Amino acid sequence: MGSPVLTLIAQRVALGILLLFAVSVLIFAGTQILPGDVAQSILGQDATPEAVANLRQELGLNDPAYARYFHWLGGVLTGDLGSTLTTRQEIAKTLMPRLWNTLFLAFWAAIVAVPLAIVLGLLAVRYRNGWVDKLISGLALASTSLPEFFIGYLLILSFAVTQQWLPAISTVYDGMPFFDKLKAIVLPATALVLVVLAHMMRMTRAAILNVMQSAYIETAELKGLSASAVIRKHALPNAVAPIINVVMLNLAFLIVGVVVVEVIFVYPGMGQYLVDHVVKRDVPVVQAVGLVFAAIYIGLNIVADVAAILANPRLRHPK
Amino acid sequence: MMVKVRTKPRREPDILLDIRNLKVEATVYSPGEKPRDVTIVDGVSLLLKRGKVLGLIGESGAGKSTIGLSSMGYGRGGVRITGGEVFLNGRDILKGGVRDLRRVRGSEVCYVAQSAAAAFNPALRLMDQVVEAALLHGVGAKAEAEKRAVALFTKLRLPDPKSIGCRYPHQVSGGQLQRVMTAMALCSEPDLIVFDEPTTALDVTTQIDVLAAIKDAIRDTGVAALYITHDLAVVAQVSDEIMVLRDGKMVEHGETQQIIKAPRMDYTKALVSVRSIEHEEKGPTPKPLLSVEHVTAAYGGGAVKVLQDVSVNVQPGQTLAVVGESGSGKSTLARAITGLLPPVAGSITFADRTLTPKLADRSKDDLRQLQMIYQMADVALNPRQTVRTIIGRPLEFYFGMRGKERDARVTELLDEIEMSKGFIDRYPAELSGGQKQRVCIARALAAKPKLIICDEVTSALDPLVADGILKLLLRLQKIEDVAYLFISHDLATVKAIADSIAVIYRGEVVRYGSKTQVLTPPFDAYTDLLLSSVPEMEVGWLEHAIHGRRMESAGN
Amino acid sequence: MFDLKNLTVSAGIGLILFALFLLCALFAPLIAPFPMSQIAGDVWGPLSSTHWLGTDNLGRDLLSRMVYGARTTIFIAAMATALSFSLGAILGLMAAVVGGLVDTLMSRFVDLLMAIPTLIFGLVVLAVLPSNNVTLILVMGVLSSTRVYRLSRAVAVDINAMDFVEAAKVRGEGLGWIIFREILPNALSPLVAELGLRFIFSVLFLSTLSFLGLGVQPPEADWGGMVKENKDGIVFGIPAALIPASAIATLSISVNLVADWVLTSTASLKGGRE
Repeated sequence: MGSPVLTLIAQRVALGILLLFAVSVLIFAGTQILPGDVAQSILGQDATPEAVANLRQELGLNDPAYARYFHWLGGVLTGDLGSTLTTRQEIAKTLMPRLWNTLFLAFWAAIVAVPLAIVLGLLAVRYRNGWVDKLISGLALASTSLPEFFIGYLLILSFAVTQQWLPAISTVYDGMPFFDKLKAIVLPATALVLVVLAHMMRMTRAAILNVMQSAYIETAELKGLSASAVIRKHALPNAVAPIINVVMLNLAFLIVGVVVVEVIFVYPGMGQYLVDHVVKRDVPVVQAVGLVFAAIYIGLNIVADVAAILANPRLRHPK
Repeated sequence: MMVKVRTKPRREPDILLDIRNLKVEATVYSPGEKPRDVTIVDGVSLLLKRGKVLGLIGESGAGKSTIGLSSMGYGRGGVRITGGEVFLNGRDILKGGVRDLRRVRGSEVCYVAQSAAAAFNPALRLMDQVVEAALLHGVGAKAEAEKRAVALFTKLRLPDPKSIGCRYPHQVSGGQLQRVMTAMALCSEPDLIVFDEPTTALDVTTQIDVLAAIKDAIRDTGVAALYITHDLAVVAQVSDEIMVLRDGKMVEHGETQQIIKAPRMDYTKALVSVRSIEHEEKGPTPKPLLSVEHVTAAYGGGAVKVLQDVSVNVQPGQTLAVVGESGSGKSTLARAITGLLPPVAGSITFADRTLTPKLADRSKDDLRQLQMIYQMADVALNPRQTVRTIIGRPLEFYFGMRGKERDARVTELLDEIEMSKGFIDRYPAELSGGQKQRVCIARALAAKPKLIICDEVTSALDPLVADGILKLLLRLQKIEDVAYLFISHDLATVKAIADSIAVIYRGEVVRYGSKTQVLTPPFDAYTDLLLSSVPEMEVGWLEHAIHGRRMESAGN
Repeated sequence: MFDLKNLTVSAGIGLILFALFLLCALFAPLIAPFPMSQIAGDVWGPLSSTHWLGTDNLGRDLLSRMVYGARTTIFIAAMATALSFSLGAILGLMAAVVGGLVDTLMSRFVDLLMAIPTLIFGLVVLAVLPSNNVTLILVMGVLSSTRVYRLSRAVAVDINAMDFVEAAKVRGEGLGWIIFREILPNALSPLVAELGLRFIFSVLFLSTLSFLGLGVQPPEADWGGMVKENKDGIVFGIPAALIPASAIATLSISVNLVADWVLTSTASLKGGRE
């Protein structure tokens, strides 16, 4: 481990933070392009001009855009996400439990999907061009074509309506026993797994195949190593970085899939919260939730890049 | 230190490898067609005695690597051994299962690949990879195997033999890696090593060191070897016998001396005489066509200087050869002249005009009179254009020719490059390597240039094809009176075509003059090294060359 | 280049299905047995000879709504794809050939846009923009163009580094010839395949937005909106919502099959051995 690795990682993390700031600007700018007056649209057409002016004052709409941005950013950095336009509740208070719910759901989906995808990907490589392999590429084709709600409602119809094994609506609340919570998220988690699984398998397969086509794999085979020893000793050390990359990319997919799945199963997570407030045009909530989603997404990408840096022998052992 | 050959049970004491009537096939999947089987090796038999070296030689597609790998029962990339027998130490290894084959690989037979840089696992230390096969097959304990590896590193003249094993592949140069790979093959004390073009990817001055190291190691360990290469002069240095292959069939087989001095078959004769083009040097002319004066060129906005104060002249209708190894800056010179990389300093005069440094500022006539031919004809031709468009475009662009007039001229040009009219509607993918390079030449000629820059135009081609291209270039020079700036790493090629030569080393011209002047002693140290490194078709040349050297090669 | 003689079975099926959907979209008023918004039967009526696919949550004929929905879905998705392509491909090719500062600025901006998940960014923007079809096309088109930009730039950078492009530059050819005659013909097959993938993306994106209530607004309806209208029936065991959902799936699978074939069958002129 030399300092070049640390420098590279520090650079990558710094770049990620910079990107996050740029994203915050973009999100803020994206919500300022509303034609017409926010205060007016909140209060409706019959509001008195005085009421509108008061609200404008209260919302700081008379300040220039950059001042409002820095005011907002300052709040975000100190944990104050502002309050909703419609109900005047503190956003951070509502958001935190919902963030945990979303992470809970995504975590269990990932726990199932990641190992499953890697094992199936390895199997596809081992029996390449056989029926396992063909099945996987067929499934991958289907999964990139199926909308989440198709999978979701099919699951509900099969396991909550026709067979009443599981609840159709995934209610979770504070203080709910752990296993009840788990049971509640079985269907949404399954839907999420199905959304990302095939894609992750296919990408894992491609990553390992790419390594397997290297000349050093032939060298290992010509030393008389068995197929499993070749994969274990020579392919895997080089496939770790691309596989981590694949996993991170797909976890990012999962984060997006969460939004729709939460709506389907009426799950009290961040995605549902976002969609509800987009419909209500409640801009502060949309900004806050959008920023949290973007932060998670960028964070996953940083992890992928850092893993790739750590796994690269050229960087770990400089000349 | 001597490394002892381990004795193994044997039935016929003398014969190590006996391949009988080998047939190897592969299935080709071309897009849009049904998969079909092609025969790669057809009925080849060979016999190798213990401790002997057999050279397998042939052009690309001759099946020589496939034969080499068949001695390990291995088919690369879907290649199948469909007929014949491979007896190793008296047993037919093709009869046993995969398990038996694994016991042969890495223990009785080891393999040295063309590109060691790709053949080593980048994630593991060299030592772990070198002793891996020995440990797997139980040739001694770890400490013993590592001791043997260090002894082999010393024998192969690797620098710092005690600690080089702790390094990772990317920390070691290409020439050294090739020697480490040889040590890896020797470490499990095999009976046979398959060398698959082990020096082809190296620079000439490095090649000779690696070749000498391999030869000594073979002699001292008494291992037998199949030495595969396309270069007859190289194989003549290391092998006892040579087998010439063509299109998967054997052409000729005999003692090394007989093959290179008294070949029987026409194909072998052609291979032997491949570097014997006679070209009479032309004298100086009153005024040079192109004059490069004190040119310095750099990449990255002046940060990395690749050319330093280079001055050379090209005479009208003559050839200036620029010789150097990879990274010497010779291709950069071409880019500086064409304006693709505007020089940082110096000037370039062409046909009495000073050329603007940048390509974009040059007049159409300047562009027309200075054409270029590339090393890889594959990527120099647009795969989506037919020969008609490729050769016809310069005619349209420079002379405004259209329709019939243009096609007639294209046919004429095809005729000049010895290709028939039938090729006019073909796509590059439907041409052979040599034909593609000919089309590139015709495209350059179409502009009626005064100077053509030829950047390593024969290096990617098989020797006989390259010979044809050189002859064509010489003939065209006579007809069209065009000058060439011929960039090459291969002195043998340069001798065949040049009127004057510039030797370039680390971005500087170290020797420049007429061909005779440059090739006549006394030499400077680098030119001496370069000249003495070009393999000659002479048994015993290698030892002679190694002894007579004054300078260490840089890239090993 | 895309020789129909070499059409594979799966690509043929894809092509036929896609053609059927397209016919529905083009001739919706002629094909649909009922007008789009007419209440023609009971709420969530079963499949019958008058209502082949049953009726929806308000008793409208589902088949007729599906046929009209095909029109809306395909039209908006196609327009968004066209926008993303013209924007992404032209800028991407430009960036690759021109290089320098133009390339750096555009590429960094695209990186920034892609640092936010597409759906999230779409939602953020739709929270403040008026909900109509033009907005949808613009938002979807611009967000989708980032991927087209990256792909066409990457492909063009590779081709641009090849000697035949350098040969054209040394010959003195202009930017137009280099982009359209040297680079584009060689970049075409990945771009055509990407065109298919972008169209699928647009269909799925539009359907998702409509499903979330943020896409096509009533009384107009696309397939995603129809899933939303009928989703409450699911818990009563009424599968009406699954019919538009499977139409979306079938459309995207059919395009996927064709795109897959385009991608694998066009390496022919490169003439590689493998």
